[in-house]
Amino acid sequence: MKFLEYEVKERFRAAGVPVPDGRLARTPDEAALAAGALGPIAVKAQVPVGGRGKAGGIKLAKTAADAKRVAGEILGMTIKGYTVKEVLCETAQEITRELYLGLTLDRDARKPVLILSAQGGMEIEDVAETHPEAIAKLHPDPWRGPLAFEVRDLIFRAGLGPLQAQLTPLVVKLYALARTYDALTIEINPLALTRDGGLVAADGKLEIDENAMFRHKDLHGADDSEEDPLEAEAKRRRLTYVRLDGSIGVIGNGAGLVMNTLDLVQREGGRAANFLDIGGGAKAEVVHSALELLASDPQVKGILINIFGGITRGDEVAHGIIDATRDLHLTLPLVVRMTGTREEEGRRLLQEAGITPEANATAAARRIVELSSGPTR
Amino acid sequence: MSILLTRESRVLVQGLTGREGSFHTEQMRAYGTNVVAGVSPGKGGTTHLGIPVFDTVADARRETGADVGGIFVPAPFAADAIMEAAAAGIGLIVCITEGIPLYDMVRARAFVVDAGVKLIGPNCPGLATAGEAKVGIIPNHITTPGSVGIVSRSGTLTYEVIQGLSQAGVGQTTSVGIGGDPILGLSFSDVLRLFKDDPATTAVVVIGEIGGSDEEAAAEQVIGRGFGKPVIGFISGRTAPPGKRMGHAGAIISGNTGTAASKLLALKRAGAQVCDTIEEVVAAAGAALGQPSSAAHR
Repeated sequence: MKFLEYEVKERFRAAGVPVPDGRLARTPDEAALAAGALGPIAVKAQVPVGGRGKAGGIKLAKTAADAKRVAGEILGMTIKGYTVKEVLCETAQEITRELYLGLTLDRDARKPVLILSAQGGMEIEDVAETHPEAIAKLHPDPWRGPLAFEVRDLIFRAGLGPLQAQLTPLVVKLYALARTYDALTIEINPLALTRDGGLVAADGKLEIDENAMFRHKDLHGADDSEEDPLEAEAKRRRLTYVRLDGSIGVIGNGAGLVMNTLDLVQREGGRAANFLDIGGGAKAEVVHSALELLASDPQVKGILINIFGGITRGDEVAHGIIDATRDLHLTLPLVVRMTGTREEEGRRLLQEAGITPEANATAAARRIVELSSGPTR
Repeated sequence: MSILLTRESRVLVQGLTGREGSFHTEQMRAYGTNVVAGVSPGKGGTTHLGIPVFDTVADARRETGADVGGIFVPAPFAADAIMEAAAAGIGLIVCITEGIPLYDMVRARAFVVDAGVKLIGPNCPGLATAGEAKVGIIPNHITTPGSVGIVSRSGTLTYEVIQGLSQAGVGQTTSVGIGGDPILGLSFSDVLRLFKDDPATTAVVVIGEIGGSDEEAAAEQVIGRGFGKPVIGFISGRTAPPGKRMGHAGAIISGNTGTAASKLLALKRAGAQVCDTIEEVVAAAGAALGQPSSAAHR
C-alpha cells in the first residue's frame, strides 16, 4: 500500500521528523489562500508515482495569484495515469544541499537496510550506479534496531560528520516509523539542508507491506481507484493479476507456472495480455471469475489456460471453464492445457463441451498464438 | 540416500487440527511420512487423526522425539511458530504458510540462524524424498525414486519437473521447494551444497525465477566451484516487466537486479546447462544420467 506525499508527511510530522509547513488544496482558490498564509510556496501534485516534477506537476508560486494560476494548471492533469485531484502547497525552501535517507529491504542480506547518501534529490538506484561511494548503508539488528553509535558510524561513512548531531535522531526516528508502519520502503528524498542550517523532509515516500495490513486496519492508502481498472477489478475478485501489454490472456495456477506460460507464449511469437494466478485448490467459481475478467478486456484476442493439478482438480477447473464459456457467450479462441489431479475427468468434460485440451504447455502456447493471430480479430 | 528428509524422520505438524493441516497431514501419512505429533495450543492431550496433540512444540519434542516440523498455521502466527520450533530444537522446520509480514520473517530468520537449525520456506511447497517421506504439499502420485535432485522457488513448476521426469522414467532423490518470498530460510546455495555431498544424487535441476540474486550467488559460489555433478538450470519470468510483482512476493525485477537474463548468464558461466522449457529440462536431466534423450520427451 502506497501513500500520497501529504499523507506521508503527516506521519513524519507526528513522529518528530521536520517537514515544511503546508496545506492541502483541492481548488485553485484554496491554493491561493495557502499562499496568502504561507508566503511563497511550492505547489505539488499529489499522485502516488514518481517523476512528478518532470511531468510538470510541481511548480513554484510567489504570490496568491501565482498560486491560483499554477494550481489551476496542475489540478486535473494526468500523471502516469493518475488524475491530480489535490495539490500540496508548501512553504518554499531555500535549499543549500540535498541528502537522501531511506530504508528498504536488502534481499541479499536478508535484512532491512538503512541508506544514507550525501547525494539526494535523485533516485537512489541511480546514485548507486554513478556515485556508489556517496552511499553508506547500515543493516540494523532486526531485534534491537540501530544503536546510536552504529548510526553515528553510518553518518561518518556517508561523509556527513558535521551534520551528525542533527542526523542521528532523524535516522532513529525513520527506523522507528518503518517498524511502526511495517514499511517495505520509507524514504526522505530529498532530505534538505536549508539556508538556516536546518534539515527538513522536502519529499517523502512510504509503502506498507500488504502482508502486514492485518496490523494496520485503520490505515487507508492512496486512492487506487484510478489504477488500471482491470487490476482494480481483479483485486475485488481476489485474483492475483498483473496487466501486461500483449493480446493473449493467460490463466494458470501457481506463480512460477504462470510466469513460465507468459514466457512460452512469447517464445511462440505472441505476447501475453496479463499474468493471472488462480492459486492452489481453486474451485470452479474462481476459474469462472478469472475467465469473466479476461473476457472483459478488449485487448484480449485469445485465452490460454494452463493448469497443473496438484491440490487443484482438473474436473473443478473444467466445470469453471465450461460454465464461463456458456454464461459469457465466449467466442474468443480458447486453449486449455491440463495435467495432474483428475486430468482424465477434466479432459473428458472439456472434450464433451467441444474444447480440445492440450497435454503439453509448449504446444498449447503455439496453438493459442496461431488461433489469436487470425485476420478476423 | 537423499538430503534433509528420510522415512526415519519423525515429523511434527504445527497447525495439525486446522483445515489445511489436517488435509495435508493425511496426504503426508499416505505418502509414508512418519508423523509423530501435532501441536495446537489449547488442544494438548487430545488426538487428531490418531496423532497425539500437544500444547507446545517443546512438549511434543520431549514426548515423541520429533526432529522435523511442518508449519500450516495462518500468516499472522507463522513467524512465532517457526521460532517456537527453533527454540525447541527442531532441526528442520518447513513453513508452507504464505503471506508472513516481512519484519516478522526477518526476525524469525535471524532467530533460526542463531538457533543453528534449518528452515525451508516460507511460502513453499515443502520437500519430498521420493518413495520415503514428504513434508508439505507436493502431490503424492508424481514422484519416483531415483537420482535427480530438484531445488526450486516455484511450487507448480517443481511439480511439473517431477512429473515430467517420472513420466520419462527419470527418478528423483529429494525435491525441495525453497519458496517464493523475498526472505527465505535455506537458499539455492544451501540446498545445492547438500546435494553436492549426497552420493545418491547424481544430477541436480535448479528452477529459479526473477527477483533477488540468489540464483547468481548459487551459480558463482557453488555450481561454478567444482560442483562435480551436472546441473540443469531453468529461469521463469524471462518476459516479465520490471517493477511488477509476478504473484510471488519475491518475484520482482527492481531496477537492474533480479532479471532472468542475469540469472541465465550466471548459470551458464558456472557450467550449468540452461534450458528454455520444462520439456527441455526433463530431456537434459535424462541425458545427464546417460538415458537416451528421446525417452525424456512426452
